[in-house]
Amino acid sequence: MCHWQGTLSLFTNEEGGILDDLIVTSTSEQHLYVVSNAGCRDKDWALMQGRAQELQAAGYDVHLEVSENALLALQGPLAAQVLQKGVSGDLTKLPFMSSAVMAVFGVPDCRVTRCGYTGEDGVEISVPVGCAVELAELLLRDPQVQLAGLAARDSLRLEAGLCLYGNDIDETTTPVEAALVWTLGKRRRVAMDFPGAAIIVPQIKGKVKRKRVGLTSVGPPIRAHMPILSPEGRPIGEVTSGCPSPCLKKNVAMGYVESEHSRAGTVLAVEVRKKSCPALITKMPFVPTRYYTLK
Amino acid sequence: FAHSQVKCHFFLKYQVCFILARKFTDKHEWISVENGIGTVGISNFAQEALGDVVYCGLPEIGTKLTKQEEFGALESVKAASELYSPLTGEVTDINTALADNPGLVNKSCYEDGWLIKMTVDNPSELDELMSEDAYEKFIKSIED
Repeated sequence: MCHWQGTLSLFTNEEGGILDDLIVTSTSEQHLYVVSNAGCRDKDWALMQGRAQELQAAGYDVHLEVSENALLALQGPLAAQVLQKGVSGDLTKLPFMSSAVMAVFGVPDCRVTRCGYTGEDGVEISVPVGCAVELAELLLRDPQVQLAGLAARDSLRLEAGLCLYGNDIDETTTPVEAALVWTLGKRRRVAMDFPGAAIIVPQIKGKVKRKRVGLTSVGPPIRAHMPILSPEGRPIGEVTSGCPSPCLKKNVAMGYVESEHSRAGTVLAVEVRKKSCPALITKMPFVPTRYYTLK
Repeated sequence: FAHSQVKCHFFLKYQVCFILARKFTDKHEWISVENGIGTVGISNFAQEALGDVVYCGLPEIGTKLTKQEEFGALESVKAASELYSPLTGEVTDINTALADNPGLVNKSCYEDGWLIKMTVDNPSELDELMSEDAYEKFIKSIED
């Protein structure tokens, strides 16, 4: 990993299940900056602390600190343009998944990472907690900036085909079932030195019983926990997230189906209030992502 | 001419109000009955709480409903909200305009955004519903 570069990663358990998804950034200040899910805070902390203690016992110089920062996400096609007015560095040199510490609109010590969870260009700003409201208000002075709630963010991440931990991935789903194999580095796959590798690595080349797929439909919206049916009407899986897409004006969803029914273009059905509604397996992202990748 | 037109207007308005007094359920549906047929919709409070309606799941004509039975759902981007029948009866008509324009429920919940029409099999059930005044008070009590 290059300095200042981040990536999506997973914590896995010995059974190959996903304990959490997280962004890990290698900073220029000799530490890793980890953003994991607040809902998994306690178990993530226990996991990392346990591993740190093992390494310390083996003589390594490693310790954990919890950042007393808040995280504000500024997302959308105009995000960089808006932020550029408040920072001295050149944001065209901060590509997707890279990170730097800077003052933002006069608020010092902000870590700006070119990421987010909307499929759009944008940044996440880790700001000292005492300045979070001040920074939010400074950003909102720009008429192009509006507050967005969690439901808006949820529609966007679903349109971008991104998993929500606890819905689309959890301790019972493996990275292979979840179509997140790309998060496993080649070296780690060969070394098999991560929890659950004995289960996960063989799944990459072999078969899994079920796979995460994208679904689109028209008519009644498809939502989490609805049964997915084969063309013959047999239950073959379950929806894990779904909503009407405000961008596409049709329903988008993701869920797990038996692998033999997981090919894009397959017409399945979803049971909505006891009625069977046709749904098409569709490649994700549903809406093209627009990350600032410099390619 | 103008004078008589005004009088006529008042007369009609009075008559309409008298016949079509809306009754409300505690699930925020309304019903107004004319010539033995009830028209059902959701209240302004409900459409505001729901946000932009993007899909209306309505029953088929001929569906027999009992009072408080689920008969469909209104969907916003965020969530689905079930609909409950205010009375016992049979569905005689559904608002087909909602298929292409579900937003009518938001724009005109008491007029163009009606949902279904149904027979009134047991008129005494109407007495168990709230008048507009009682419903307004009910809304205030749940908002407090």
